[in-house]
Amino acid sequence: MTVTIYVPGDSGALALGADKVAKAIEAEILAHGVDARIVRNGSRGLYWLEPMVEVATDAGRVAYGPVSAKDVPSLFDAGLVTGGQHKLSLGDPEKIPFLAKQTRLTFARCGITDPLSLEDYEAHGGLTGLRNAVKMAPADVVKQVTDSGLRGRGGAGFPTGIKWKTVLDTAAEQKYIVCNADEGDSATFADRMIMEGDPFVLIEGMAIAGLATGATKGFVYIRSEYPHAIAVMSKAVEVARSAGVLGKSVLGSSEGFDIEIRSGAGAYVCGEETSLLNSLEGKRGVVRAKPPLPAIQGLFGKPTIINNVISLASVPIVMDKGADYYRDFGMGRSRGTIPIQIAGNAKHGGLFEVAFGLTLGEIVDEIGGGTATGRPVKAVQVGGPLGAYFPRALFDTPFDYEEFAKRDGLIGHAGITVFDDSADMLKMARFAMEFCAIESCGKCTPCRIGSTRGVETLDKVAGDIEPEKNLALVTDLCNTMKFGSLCALGGFTPYPVMSAINHFPEDFRPVPVAEAAE
Amino acid sequence: MSLQPAGTDVASRAQSVIDEFKGLEGPLLPILHGIQEEFGYVPSETVPVIAEALNLSRAEVHGVVTFYHDYRNHPAGRHVLKLCRAEACQSMGGDAIAAQISQALGIGFHETAKDNSVTLEPVFCLGLCACAPAAMLDGEVIGRLDADKIEEIVAEVRS
Repeated sequence: MTVTIYVPGDSGALALGADKVAKAIEAEILAHGVDARIVRNGSRGLYWLEPMVEVATDAGRVAYGPVSAKDVPSLFDAGLVTGGQHKLSLGDPEKIPFLAKQTRLTFARCGITDPLSLEDYEAHGGLTGLRNAVKMAPADVVKQVTDSGLRGRGGAGFPTGIKWKTVLDTAAEQKYIVCNADEGDSATFADRMIMEGDPFVLIEGMAIAGLATGATKGFVYIRSEYPHAIAVMSKAVEVARSAGVLGKSVLGSSEGFDIEIRSGAGAYVCGEETSLLNSLEGKRGVVRAKPPLPAIQGLFGKPTIINNVISLASVPIVMDKGADYYRDFGMGRSRGTIPIQIAGNAKHGGLFEVAFGLTLGEIVDEIGGGTATGRPVKAVQVGGPLGAYFPRALFDTPFDYEEFAKRDGLIGHAGITVFDDSADMLKMARFAMEFCAIESCGKCTPCRIGSTRGVETLDKVAGDIEPEKNLALVTDLCNTMKFGSLCALGGFTPYPVMSAINHFPEDFRPVPVAEAAE
Repeated sequence: MSLQPAGTDVASRAQSVIDEFKGLEGPLLPILHGIQEEFGYVPSETVPVIAEALNLSRAEVHGVVTFYHDYRNHPAGRHVLKLCRAEACQSMGGDAIAAQISQALGIGFHETAKDNSVTLEPVFCLGLCACAPAAMLDGEVIGRLDADKIEEIVAEVRS
C-alpha cells in the first residue's frame, strides 16, 4: 500500500524550508524504492515545530518536527515510512498538548487533509453543511446562522446572521457575497492558514451565504502579500466549479453561485469593509460613510454581505452540526470558538482554536509558553496594530468581546503579539501613529493629519521636550481621533497609543540620571 | 530597424492586458496588476490607454495607481526584497535585522541598488507572525531571519 507522507505547503512552513524538505523526501523515496507519496497539507498551526512532517501509519498519523532537509536521510534510516523513532519524533500529533487542548471546529481539517482534494474534504465532513442548506428555505438558513451566535471574526464582532438577514430582506436583481481576506493585522494569520490549508471550507461558507440571501456572485479579496493563498484559492475555486459545487447549479439545485478571486494592492485600509468595496470596484480604497450599509448598498450599489474569512469558514459547521452545537461553546455574548493566533516573541507561536473564555494569561503563559527569548513578558498587543497593549496586571482578562472592551481593548481578529522586557513602549506607541499615517486613506482629517501630529508629538516626548505637556496633547489628540474618525483605522489607533501610555508610564518619562553609588 | 514612434509598443502591450481583463466587474485593479506584471511597473504612458478603455479620466486612473503601495512608477531591481516591519517582527528584533540588511545591501527602504540587483521595500505583515522576523524575496517567503539567512539573501541577489 502506498504510504502518505505529509509535508505542509503552508506559507509559514515554506518560510522555514518545507519545500527543501519535500524535495529531500522525494529523493529518499526514490533512493529507497519506497512506495510512498507526498501530500502538501496545510499547517496544524504549531509553528515552532514547522516544518512538521507527518506519516500515515497503520496506527494513525505520526509526526516529526521541526524537520530540516539535512534531517531527511536519517529520518528514512530510522524508518520514517513506518513511523520509526527518531530524535525529531513527536508521536501522535493530536496528542501534542498544544493541539490536544484545542476545540477545532473551523480548523477541523486544516493540516489534516490535502487542501485541493475535494474527496478528502468530503471524507472529513465537508459539504454536509451546504447539502443541508440546499434543502432549506433561505430564511431558515439565515435563522440558523443567527441562532448560532456567530459574530464577525474580522474584528468588529457584529452578529453575522443579522447582516445576512438585511441582505435577504433587501430586494435586488443582483446581490453579492464578498469575503474580506485582506488580513493585514500583524499577529494574524488565521485567514491565510484556512485559505492555504482548507480552502473548500471558505468556498462552502460563501456558497451557503449565497443560497441564504439570493446572491449569485462572490468575490474573495485577498491581500497581495499572500501569493500562496491566492494560488491555492484560485485552484480550489476551479476544482469546486468542475465538481458542481460552484456554477449555475450548486450541488444540482436550482440555485447558482460562483466565486472570483481578486488580489489587493498593498493598502492596509482596504481591510475596512467599505474601502474594500471601493477597491473591488476599481477605485481608490477610500472609506465610505455609513449609512448606507453595505448590506443595502454595497458592491456596485447592490446588497452585499461582506464577511471575514473566518466568519464565512465557520458557517459550514453551523449548518452541519446545528446552531445549538456551535452556540454551546463560549461565554457571555461571545459564542462558539475563536482561532487565537499567538505570535511575535512567543515560545510556542501558532494557531490555537478554542471556545471563548480563556484568560489572556492562560493563553500567553501556559499555551504560548512565555517568550521565545526566555525573558519576561512585558506586554502583549491583542487585535493587531489597532489593538491595545496589555500589561501582566491585566492578564486575568477573559478572551471575550465585551470583557476586552471593558478593559479598553479589543479582540480584533484574535492575534496576540508577545513582547519581552526589551520592548520600548514609547517606540511602539510612535509606531502605531506612524503606521496610521502611512496607511490612512486620507478621507477624514483626524486620521490623516492626527496621525502625523501624533508622531511628531511623541517624538517631542522622546526628546524630553515638555513631556508632561506633550503627553497631555497626545491624549487629547487620541480623543479626537477616537471619536472623530470615519473608520477604525483612525478611530482605533488610540488604543495602542493610550494603552502604552497608561500601562507603561515609565517608558514615557525621561530616563532619570543615575544617582551616584553610595 | 523599427521606425515606430516610441510608446507605440507600450500602448499595444497595454491594450492586450486591458483586453484580457476588461470584461471583469470592476476591472481596474486586475488591469493594473497585469500591467505591472507585463512591464515591471505601471508606465505613465499606459494611464491614458487605460482611461480611454474604461471610460475614465486620466486623473481617476492616476489616482488609483498612486493610492496603492504595490504599483510602481519606475522599474524595480532584478530582485525585490520585502522586509516585514510590523509589530510581531519588531518583537523578534526586526529593527536590528532591517539595519543589518540595509547595511549589507548598501541601500535603504524604497531604494534600488546602484547595480540594479535589488530593491528593498518595507511590508506590513506577511502573515508569518509566528516565525518572525519575516521577509519575501521575489515572492518566496523566508522566516526567522538571522545573520545566516541574511547572508544567503545577499548572496542570492548578488549572484
